[in-house]
Amino acid sequence: MTIPGVRLFGHRLTWPAALGLVIIAINLIGAVGAPWIAPFDQADVVCDAWDDPSAQHLLGCDNLGRDLLSRLLFGARMSIGLSLLITSLSFTIGIVTGFTAAIAKGWVDAALSRTVDLLLSMPSLIFAFVVLSVLGTEVPVLVVTLACLDSTRVFRLSRALAMNIVALEYVEVARLRGEGLWWIILREVLPAARAPLIAEYGLRFSFAFLFVAALSFLGLGIQPPDADWGSMVRDYRDMINLGVTAPFWPAGAIAVLTIGVNFVVDWLLAIQSRGHGENA
Amino acid sequence: MRALIAQRLALGFLTLFGASVLIFAGTEILPGDLASALLQNNATEENLAVMRQELGLDRPAVVRYAEWFGGALHGNLGKSLATERPVADDLAPRLRNTLFLAIYSAAIAVPLAILLGLLAAVWQGSLFDRAVNTITLMTISVPEYLVGYLLMKYISVQLGWLPTLANVTEETAIGERFYLTLLPMLTLVLVVIAHMMRMTRASVLAIMASPYIEMAFLKGIPKWVVVVRHAFPNALAPVISVVALNLAYLIVGVVVVESVFVYPGLGQLMVDAVSKHDVPVVQACGLLFASAFIVLNMLADIAAILANPRLRHPR
Amino acid sequence: MSDTVADENEIVLEVDHLRVQARSDAGPGPVLVDDISFTLRRGEVIGLIGESGAGKTTIGLAVLGYTRNGCAIEGGRIIFRGRDILTLSPAERRALRGPGVAYIAQSAAASFNPAMTLFEQVCEIPVRHGLMSPAAAREVAIGLFRELDLPDPENFGRRYPHQVSGGQLQRAMAAMAMAARPDILIFDEPTTALDVTTQVEVLAAFRKLIHEHHTAAIYITHDLAVVAQIADDIMVLRHGKMVEHGTAEQILQAPRAEYTRRLVAERVAGHGFIDRAAAEPPLLTISNVVASYASLARVIDGVSLEVRRGDTLAVVGESGSGKSTLARVITGLLPREAGEIRFRGELLPPALAQRTREQKRLVQMIYQMPDVALNPHQTLLDIIGRPIAFYFNRPKAEIRSRVLELLRMMDLPESFIDRTPGELSGGQKQRVGIARALAAEPDLIICDEVTSALDQLVGEEILRLLKRLQEELGIAYLFITHDLGVVKRIANKVTVMLKGQMVASGETETVFAPPFHPYTELLLSSVPEMRSDWLDEVLQRRSTA
Repeated sequence: MTIPGVRLFGHRLTWPAALGLVIIAINLIGAVGAPWIAPFDQADVVCDAWDDPSAQHLLGCDNLGRDLLSRLLFGARMSIGLSLLITSLSFTIGIVTGFTAAIAKGWVDAALSRTVDLLLSMPSLIFAFVVLSVLGTEVPVLVVTLACLDSTRVFRLSRALAMNIVALEYVEVARLRGEGLWWIILREVLPAARAPLIAEYGLRFSFAFLFVAALSFLGLGIQPPDADWGSMVRDYRDMINLGVTAPFWPAGAIAVLTIGVNFVVDWLLAIQSRGHGENA
Repeated sequence: MRALIAQRLALGFLTLFGASVLIFAGTEILPGDLASALLQNNATEENLAVMRQELGLDRPAVVRYAEWFGGALHGNLGKSLATERPVADDLAPRLRNTLFLAIYSAAIAVPLAILLGLLAAVWQGSLFDRAVNTITLMTISVPEYLVGYLLMKYISVQLGWLPTLANVTEETAIGERFYLTLLPMLTLVLVVIAHMMRMTRASVLAIMASPYIEMAFLKGIPKWVVVVRHAFPNALAPVISVVALNLAYLIVGVVVVESVFVYPGLGQLMVDAVSKHDVPVVQACGLLFASAFIVLNMLADIAAILANPRLRHPR
Repeated sequence: MSDTVADENEIVLEVDHLRVQARSDAGPGPVLVDDISFTLRRGEVIGLIGESGAGKTTIGLAVLGYTRNGCAIEGGRIIFRGRDILTLSPAERRALRGPGVAYIAQSAAASFNPAMTLFEQVCEIPVRHGLMSPAAAREVAIGLFRELDLPDPENFGRRYPHQVSGGQLQRAMAAMAMAARPDILIFDEPTTALDVTTQVEVLAAFRKLIHEHHTAAIYITHDLAVVAQIADDIMVLRHGKMVEHGTAEQILQAPRAEYTRRLVAERVAGHGFIDRAAAEPPLLTISNVVASYASLARVIDGVSLEVRRGDTLAVVGESGSGKSTLARVITGLLPREAGEIRFRGELLPPALAQRTREQKRLVQMIYQMPDVALNPHQTLLDIIGRPIAFYFNRPKAEIRSRVLELLRMMDLPESFIDRTPGELSGGQKQRVGIARALAAEPDLIICDEVTSALDQLVGEEILRLLKRLQEELGIAYLFITHDLGVVKRIANKVTVMLKGQMVASGETETVFAPPFHPYTELLLSSVPEMRSDWLDEVLQRRSTA
């Protein structure tokens, strides 16, 4: 399954992983370059409702006569950008609290761990509903709420990672030498935790991405007129009975990007479990 | 072992209590308060005062929590802000519908996922294993609504075999119900099965790699006996945990799938209530979903304790 | 199958030019076993001996027609009672495993299924192969339990694996292998995971079993002294190839190959101690130290000892004796609860955090597992250079030249300075660990089982290196080990520990000479010696005592 001659991080790249990387690259280019690539603006009405695909409108038009391809590209900007923001914020919170808990131990660890246990004791969608019902669905509320909920899983992983690494003898050597806490975190713990954390970032991103899309699909995420893939599915869904393919474009885009990310994550996890030494 | 189970039960109820506090506190983290959020632009001083009085916001949060949770334990979930009817009245039929769909899906998805996971593990590396692995990796990534709409488009619209919408009512007969919810059930099964099957496979593989399984092969025991007698009893506890873990996907899946098929369940009710800021309804639905999840996890953990030979036969 | 015995001296196994090779997606890998031939008669025991990677387990498994994932038998024949098992169908091969050839693995704890009782597992071979009724198999199992001196043989089998001790479980595995009276038993390092005192009993039980049933056996081990007690013939293996094959007597008394000579010699030869001025003031003084882990009973209970410059003090004991905990208490990782630890007369605070940088510098550690003791993400320059930068604050160029000097002292090539530990062998990693300790220029180095994860000859080289460094630099060592052979060779002082308490302490010559403390005597007498009559002597002495 590996591609001969192609290596990344010193490991052979598999076909699915390469496909995943290509998918991610295309999506990123689309998201970043939307204002330049997209033939029309996302809010401009340029044709009749549900016009069929044509040379001018490659994917046809939507319910209000807006260019579907343009909305898809701008939607990528919103969906991907927001998910990246949420994931990065959740990682910052999760890693700092997780490492702190593992190294500080004692009551700090107990308090943080019990809080996280409690937050994880119910599905995060349900708790997000509760918070959004009072705070409303503005973008900053969405980002902070989802990042906090998601950071619980990052906390668990980084705490477990740090616990394992701190128990290793080379960390004991550093402690015996008298090294400070930050030196130990940065020089001894973080390099060993980097690989699993990168894989987790991919995984968390795809969760956040699906989560935002699901909220938008339910009408509780990003509000019109901003395009985003989840709400586009919602807007076009009634047309399924009439055989219009429009809802499948954004829904398919969500699926394809998630599949791509998962392919890469799967490969990252596989090369980690193979361990050190074999990459020589 | 009894002590361990008692401990787990106690922890379960404590978690339930903690979750209720969290759900209540989740509605208290406003910069202002609920009244000003609800009234938004119409918030004059008088309006606010009246609203606060109505909602009981003039009393301390602890008192209101105690009243709410105490009421909830007796089936009194307060009044809906939108309809002014008791929340419990709206909730009961919806809850029945959601439970019906969830149990219907779980009854098919759980055995199927475990079977597929077992087979993939036993035939590790075979074409079957690799195919199932790649397909499930893809279905994990596909959102519930895409699966739902694809099924709807091909099975309902093009082939006309099943209805597109699952609009059941109180009067719908049981047989009719199974028929109407077939498509939502299929969607849920497809979504849940992937995770459950992959994790079952992983935990069975972990067992199959242990030295005592190699030992069984070196004793000349036939492969099916090794799997059934040696591997399965040890895989039981991890598989139970896997099933419990994946019920979270079922709960989230139910909310989305209900929306796709316009199925009158708890999820739809909750989503509507969230967009209408109908806080008592949201809290009640949240409490129900959370309790279902917590109780299921607790049961799974107890089952896993019962399945562990080291705990069943202490030193 | 044994009921068809016709000839007492029948050849039951003939391995002929066996070749096993690793295989991967990328094509054929290294050859694991190359051109191995031997024959085995009924009642005969052949010992396969070699270091890790010698291919001994691979040979043992091949006799069962079994290879681990990623390996395949590429050539040769394995003839079991006239039939080449490599030409058998999978079903025929399966029928052979258990009743024909049975396997006894290194770790009984891992090889028994935790979800089944011992009876179920011991009776499985005869019952599943249709040789006995469950009731008859149970009777056989009880008989075997009795033969193997297991407690309460009638009911022993009702227990689950986690309910019996390690030594008992290892014997239960022999019963499991023996249940269908196989023609060949394969013992794969069956006593390696046990403490020495347990090893003697288990070894004796195995030997009795083989003799009484007149079974042929293959005994795989890395310990020449152990195999000498049980094997008629010995084959010495290295890197998958045969080095030497002969009778046990010949291998021990007159080894022909250079490699065998080294294996035999290392165990006999001793190292001289360097002379010390007896009047030196003590470096480390420990008096009446008590320590425990949270909520547990005392792990260290009233230990006192003294180390002078140039001393090598060995702390010996079996697992659970508290010897490794003692190291943690001295370094301050586990604060002591009572007692005093002085270094050069200065009282060391109990906890690491309270100690000064200088106090930390003077005591360094070397660990058992070089793999986890070195950060795999750092180069040797970082690993060895960091203590120099940390304690002495030297400029970069000076650190580099000092690291190079230390590498030379360790007999490591200077080009290693920019490599990471992943590119080094086990012995080389251990040398890096030593270099890192020396970089701090300590007075005392605590060595925690530093040779037990290494192959015998590699371990010997490490010991020699440590000895040389001591002669050159006058460092003191505190040597924590379970291996009395090491103690006798390297230590001038010894402390014997049992369940957290000191049983005996003093000059090695005194402690290891009569009059012994009973536990010291038990320990000493349990260390296998490299002569074939050792086990008989020990058993005889113990039965008359």
